[in-house]
Amino acid sequence: MSIKKGRGNLILPDFTQSSCVDKVGVEERVARFQSRSIKNEAKMQGLKMALNMIDLTTLEGKDTPGKVKQMCYKAQHLHDFHPNLPSVAAVCVYPTMVGVAAKAVQGSGVKVASVSTAFPSGQAPLDVKIRDTKFAVDEGADEIDMVISRGKFLSGEYNFVFDEIATIKEACGKSRLKVILETGELVTLDNVRRASDIAMYAGADFIKTSTGKIQPAATMQVTYTMLQAIRDFYTTTGIQIGMKPAGGISNSKLALHNLVMVKETLGDQWLTNEWFRFGASSLANDVLMQIIKAETGVYQSPDYFSKD
Amino acid sequence: MARKEINKSKVTWDYSPAMESSSHINLKKKYDLYIDGKWVKPSSGKYFDTINPANKEKLSEVAHANDKDVDKAVKAARKSYKGVWSKTTPAERSKYIYRIARLMQERAREFAVIETLDAGKVIRESRDVDVPLACNHFFYYAGWADKLEYAFPNRKVEPLGVAGQITPWNFPLLMAAWKIAPALAAGNTVVLKPAETTPLTALKLAEVIHDAGLPPGVVNILTGFGDTGAAIVDHDDVDKIAFTGSTGVGKIIQNAISGTDKKATLELGGKSANIILEDAPLDQAVEGIVNGIFFNQGHVCCAGSRLFVQESVAEKVIEKLKHRISSLVIGDPMDKNTDIGAINSKEQLDTIDKYIKIGLAEGATMYQPDCVLPKTGYFCKPTLFMDVAQSSRIVQEEIFGPVLTIQTFRTVDEAIQKANNTPFGLAAGIWTDKGSRIFNLASKLNAGVIWANTYNKFDPTSPFGGYKESGYGREGGLHGLSAYVKLK
Amino acid sequence: MERLEVLKTYKIYIGGKFPRTESGRFYNPLNSKGEQLGNICLSSRKDVRNSVVAARKAFGGWSERAANNRGQILYRIAEMLEGRKTQFIEELMFQGSTKKAAENEVNVSIDRLIYYAGWSDKYMQVLGSINPVASSHFNFSMHVPMGVIGVVADQTTSLIGLVSNIAPVIAGGNTCVVLSAENLPLCAITFAEVLNSSDVPGGVVNILTGSPAEMIKPLTTHMDVNGMVYSGNDRSTIKKLKESSALNLKRIMTYDEDWIKADAQNLYMLSDCQEVKTTWHPIENIGGATSSY
Repeated sequence: MSIKKGRGNLILPDFTQSSCVDKVGVEERVARFQSRSIKNEAKMQGLKMALNMIDLTTLEGKDTPGKVKQMCYKAQHLHDFHPNLPSVAAVCVYPTMVGVAAKAVQGSGVKVASVSTAFPSGQAPLDVKIRDTKFAVDEGADEIDMVISRGKFLSGEYNFVFDEIATIKEACGKSRLKVILETGELVTLDNVRRASDIAMYAGADFIKTSTGKIQPAATMQVTYTMLQAIRDFYTTTGIQIGMKPAGGISNSKLALHNLVMVKETLGDQWLTNEWFRFGASSLANDVLMQIIKAETGVYQSPDYFSKD
Repeated sequence: MARKEINKSKVTWDYSPAMESSSHINLKKKYDLYIDGKWVKPSSGKYFDTINPANKEKLSEVAHANDKDVDKAVKAARKSYKGVWSKTTPAERSKYIYRIARLMQERAREFAVIETLDAGKVIRESRDVDVPLACNHFFYYAGWADKLEYAFPNRKVEPLGVAGQITPWNFPLLMAAWKIAPALAAGNTVVLKPAETTPLTALKLAEVIHDAGLPPGVVNILTGFGDTGAAIVDHDDVDKIAFTGSTGVGKIIQNAISGTDKKATLELGGKSANIILEDAPLDQAVEGIVNGIFFNQGHVCCAGSRLFVQESVAEKVIEKLKHRISSLVIGDPMDKNTDIGAINSKEQLDTIDKYIKIGLAEGATMYQPDCVLPKTGYFCKPTLFMDVAQSSRIVQEEIFGPVLTIQTFRTVDEAIQKANNTPFGLAAGIWTDKGSRIFNLASKLNAGVIWANTYNKFDPTSPFGGYKESGYGREGGLHGLSAYVKLK
Repeated sequence: MERLEVLKTYKIYIGGKFPRTESGRFYNPLNSKGEQLGNICLSSRKDVRNSVVAARKAFGGWSERAANNRGQILYRIAEMLEGRKTQFIEELMFQGSTKKAAENEVNVSIDRLIYYAGWSDKYMQVLGSINPVASSHFNFSMHVPMGVIGVVADQTTSLIGLVSNIAPVIAGGNTCVVLSAENLPLCAITFAEVLNSSDVPGGVVNILTGSPAEMIKPLTTHMDVNGMVYSGNDRSTIKKLKESSALNLKRIMTYDEDWIKADAQNLYMLSDCQEVKTTWHPIENIGGATSSY
């Protein structure tokens, strides 16, 4: 197969020379984000932003059209007792559920994202991955969340990883491509940085931390490292890349600290769901509870918020 | 129900004020001198105001001790040294110091708030750095009191007697802890004078020491100005002077005690180099640069005020640095989100402004982020100076503010040579991913503290102090004990 | 016919060379019998200046030598001193010692060199520390040489004070400029000859004869001298030393010891001329890795 590799007009760097990362320094920086105190209007604005950035996700073997439809309804009606709440950014499902989801959110502005490329392990031949992707796109996926071949990455076959991403990008057509690095399997931040660089040069529109199937998932250290990679890529090429931490962000405080991190590392221009997403299933309700608490002054119970 | 479209318009998100409460602190309108376990009026009857440099409001007034008061305090210290403290068993001494540490911890938030109000430093630092470190310093040295013979192999250890201690305004409580804790652990008694612009936490510490039941006269705290400090230095019955402050005053003290047997430790100025090599973890290096020069508004003797960047990455590092400082929050020190607080005093702000003018006159290129400073109080923007030379005054002289000079270098040898080309020798930073290079630089840089791939880290167990005109003696760790003992 | 004895010209020792003083001056100290000890160089401030330059130049190489190598060189000095024992005994006796005292002084001097030779690769182990800081950093402190040390040697002895003052300074990697005993100068120059034939690099030890009263000021005010060792108890000299040291905050070490005593030697005389250097480096803790592996 002959393809134009990656973002064809860019001069490719030597990925073995990606910036090194000092983990203790990263931890210190992250601790600073976590010491930010987000209060009052800033908190309310942040919480609403967070809601609007969620990719509401169900990725289980036992998913059914019924489950997906319910989730899609929730995506558009987070908490109808409360006016002026935004919807989430997208729903995220397996390729076989894309058709159901696309119909359920039609016209709402909520996007449909589909995982692909033999998610979550990525252990399938390239032609299978291409078909997987094309199927999801044909079914109506606005966004494709692919996984990289971590085994190949860890054995140093960076060109293989690069080519695969570039190929999938082509298969995506007009759908936006999120590239999942599965950082929990890459282990070191140096690897996270290098994989981020490969993904961005190969054509990723978003880089994403995790499948949600492996621990640790979206730690702030990992997300911070990826944000720095995005910033360097932007400085070098002028191309803006989005970021999606996924897995493990289950409460409002963590979501707000992530937003602080995005703001201080990349700037306010990344603070929309076009450029930043949370991949999460239980975050939405916690954010909702915080919003209602802030407005009523009364601590909330989960029983008053729908679980889908 | 209306559905919101995915929002593609530009947003701005600013942090709302998150003010630390000061309702729980307890400040008297007027503070006397703490001598011999009692609060006594200054013999001159004079008091002076201490203000909050962030808004110029008066916080309290404190006594101005003169030579008579100093004499009274030294006499009390001598009396308690002879009569009580030297007869207290080391194990009991140890327990007193532990008790001080615990009481400080219990009142940690109060200390942090007062420190921020009095010094202008941001509450995040007072709360997370100054106060916990100060408590831990007492904790660390408490345990040494009954183990001194293990610190000095083959020697018998005796205290010196009465220690006169003079602390600076940049880390008021922490420096008091650095001075008092090892002095007491080694069995000395203390007369301490905090800096005139930041006397309050030392006075609160006197309250804690009083509550801890320390015998009267073991610790005496006198507020005042330079004349008070001079009276301590000149007092015949003081055995030891411990001073942290400017190199200029350090030299005066060295001169003043030259005809005496007083032992001294001087912890003075610096112009420390922070060296970024091309293979460094650059994003963390940028954090290290920021932490090195903007921590505590740059009022840090070991501040990494001279940045050396390898030419191959200089452009990148400077771009990242400019971007990074654009996200620093400058403003009210009591706001938990403030990164850079108030300059400690008008006098210091004038000094910094003077050097900024000198830098501009020297033809250096200045960069300051686009930020708005509070209208009242003493504030200074974080400032970078590019295109400076080794011979520029802003490169050679200690500014003691948030002002960084940036030079480039081509080879490691050049970096070492330029870094060492200074009368100071307090600290140095090295950033590289290569271990062997770290050890090379660490051994060749003439500085008492080397931070490799980190900067401005402090710990009670880690000795601190410099070479050459940065003073002599070490504070902290086992080595810090030697400043307060005679070896027999 | 009786052979005419060749008299020794006493020179000074700068940068591994034996010049006469640049000033051309000399003095004639007498022994207790009133005999002239010789035409001894009355060194000048310029000799002090040249010596400091030589000492600074030698510092880098000497301080970076392996500790073990410095120990061997100190041991070599002792060996050479042992070999020239007779000459030192004669000089000491000519300067007024009894034979027994002279023999003892040389023996103690040799043993003192060996004592410090042994310390040179051990003091870092005894005095160094790994500091258990609370953050995720590895932190250690080590003793490193201070730099160029001015030594005002004991004025009451010719050899033992000199050796006792020099040995701990150079064992610890410093270089020095030594003002020897004004009125007992003979052993100082002969000791310089020993040093010169003992693999001690030129400039590590520089020895000047003459009047300390004249040379202390240029030495102790010298901005490129890092520390001063003073042996003696003259309060006005100590005051002057301390005052002058305020110029660049050089460290002042004073010792009032009877150097001939076997215990006038210890680790702390070596550590006095050391700076403590503390180094921090982050420790990465990857993932959940703990010692339970």
